[in-house]
Amino acid sequence: MNEHKREETDGKVWNLRLYIAGDSPKSRTALANLERMCERHLPGRYKIDVIDLVKTPELAKAHQILAIPTLVREVPEPIKRVIGDLSDESKALLNLDLDSLTTGSR
Amino acid sequence: MYSGCDLFMATPRTLPKVRSGTDGLDDILGGGLPAGRPTLVCGAAGCGKTLLGMQFLVRGAIDYGEPGAFIAFEENVEDLHKNVASLGFDLADLESRKLLSIDHIQIDPTNIIESGDYDLSGLFLRLGLAIDSVGAKRVVIDTLETLFGGLSNYGLVRAELKRLFEWLKERKVSAIITAERGDNALTRHGLEEYVSDCVIALDHRVHDQVSTRRLRVVKYRGSLHGTNEYPFLIDQTGITVLPVTSAGLDHSVLDERVSTGIPRLDSMLGGRGYYRGSTILVSGTAGGGKTSLAAHFADATCRAGERVLFFSFEESPHQITRNMRSIGLDLKHREDAGLLRFVAARPTAFGMETHLAVLHKRVREFAPAAVVVDPASTLINAGQATAAQQMLVRLIDFLKAEHITVLMTTLTQGGDVIERTDVEISSIVDTWLLLKTIELAGERNRGLYVLKSRGMAHSNQIREFNITNKGVVLTDVYVGVDGVLTGSARLAQEARVRDEARQRALVIEQKSRRLSQLEAHHKEQLAKLQADFENEAAELRIAIEAAAKDTQLRDQDRLRMAQVRQQDDGEGLL
Repeated sequence: MNEHKREETDGKVWNLRLYIAGDSPKSRTALANLERMCERHLPGRYKIDVIDLVKTPELAKAHQILAIPTLVREVPEPIKRVIGDLSDESKALLNLDLDSLTTGSR
Repeated sequence: MYSGCDLFMATPRTLPKVRSGTDGLDDILGGGLPAGRPTLVCGAAGCGKTLLGMQFLVRGAIDYGEPGAFIAFEENVEDLHKNVASLGFDLADLESRKLLSIDHIQIDPTNIIESGDYDLSGLFLRLGLAIDSVGAKRVVIDTLETLFGGLSNYGLVRAELKRLFEWLKERKVSAIITAERGDNALTRHGLEEYVSDCVIALDHRVHDQVSTRRLRVVKYRGSLHGTNEYPFLIDQTGITVLPVTSAGLDHSVLDERVSTGIPRLDSMLGGRGYYRGSTILVSGTAGGGKTSLAAHFADATCRAGERVLFFSFEESPHQITRNMRSIGLDLKHREDAGLLRFVAARPTAFGMETHLAVLHKRVREFAPAAVVVDPASTLINAGQATAAQQMLVRLIDFLKAEHITVLMTTLTQGGDVIERTDVEISSIVDTWLLLKTIELAGERNRGLYVLKSRGMAHSNQIREFNITNKGVVLTDVYVGVDGVLTGSARLAQEARVRDEARQRALVIEQKSRRLSQLEAHHKEQLAKLQADFENEAAELRIAIEAAAKDTQLRDQDRLRMAQVRQQDDGEGLL
């Protein structure tokens, strides 16, 4: 199953959404951590949308966002969620399947 | 921290309050929930927390013009719609009219991965959105503690909850926060620490397989509130709390009387029946005629054009009307006229408190002049004795305050022993009638006593209680040297008494006749004697007269003879 997923995710552009609420240290940390991880594991194959829920609170309801910051992996499927500023990098990588991807590309 | 001044010099402030939307709860809360402040409602699963919250919003929107926001952590929007539709709440309609906004916050622990630091700003944003979209004045968050199950950072969740309560106070919304009851605490995660204004605990207990819901106001800062546990019920119109005050004795009383429906019983009670607003207990053995007595009272009240609420816990309304028709009472007619309403329930269907809550609610709806509870003993048996009695006292207090006359029947065991429950209730009733079967000479007959009747002269004599096809009839019993006689023994005794009287009358008549005979005879004799005497006397008088005349004639003759003879008498010639 892991084998299959790896093949499928290879080569595709990752679509990532980061939900934040205004400009806060946590949001900035999260974005910085995310960009660093993507650069390392998905160079040139990722897209990050930053959604400020203070501006569009209705999206918090529509997308079931509770904690800030929340990272949602829209593509590839399945949709994955990680909450927090992503400072626990190994946990974030594990849950976004980025660790296996890195291992696979080597 | 209290200072002495706060405690003893507190000036009476009127805390602003909002109506809770739950019948009876506002009475307990002294007006309602604290306005613009959060209230914690805690209780175990399925005890009615969500419904209490939903009713707060729906009633607020419909009755008090205050839109509401519902944040659901446990049920999704469709489920909420469905669950309260049976209570007549149309949430979709309220949402479309911008009177209600609902947001379901999904927390799926399996789908939440934490990495590093976060806060719950999303919750605040969504709450703010829900409030702003309808201009909500009321907020319900159900059940906040779900957060603890979904998020692993316990300290962070607690800090965010503290922030949430502060935020709610700043927004000046009247809020209900629900929480699960803990094992040894009010809530599982100690939410009561954050909500200092008002805490309400709901409870759902099962005793002898009968469930009873209860509500208690644990605290209400700055406000007087009822401190008892109050039963509440959930029915097709939502939650109703039975807000009976604890044994108040300050209700006004009326001098007005109401008929018992039985003329002879009226006359036993000083000639005018029961007092309006009093409590009447009719106790008796099975088949003693308690229901008949109650039906007579109901019928008489209806005849006077007043409403009666008849709670039946043993017979169906149909059965009662049929049975009463056989003794000449047309209750169906009263029912059709809208003056009589039956409420029938199996005593085992709910606990005592629930029954009383139902009773209370129906009384409020129907506003009767009189209430019949037939029999009250089943209610008592359905609950725990002490609690049941307290509840009954509260109910009676409520009815008294409303000037509703209540007639309760209780079933006593046979024999002379009046059951303990009866004695306990009896202290709170005004008029106590005892229907007792009297066994004598191979028959059972019914007797009625007025055991007590406060504030009125009443007969302390027993009456024989007969149920005829024209209703209940009371007759005097024969009290003789052998005790009370009823039924055929009474009839026999009465006949004996009649015979004896007849005998005596006969003797008198005989003697009188003899006397008048004697008198007549005597008179006759007297008359005869008088007549004889008069006859004889007359004869004698005639004889005497004749003799006297004869003597005179003889003297004249002798003189004439002497003159003829020229006789002298010595001095000359005659």
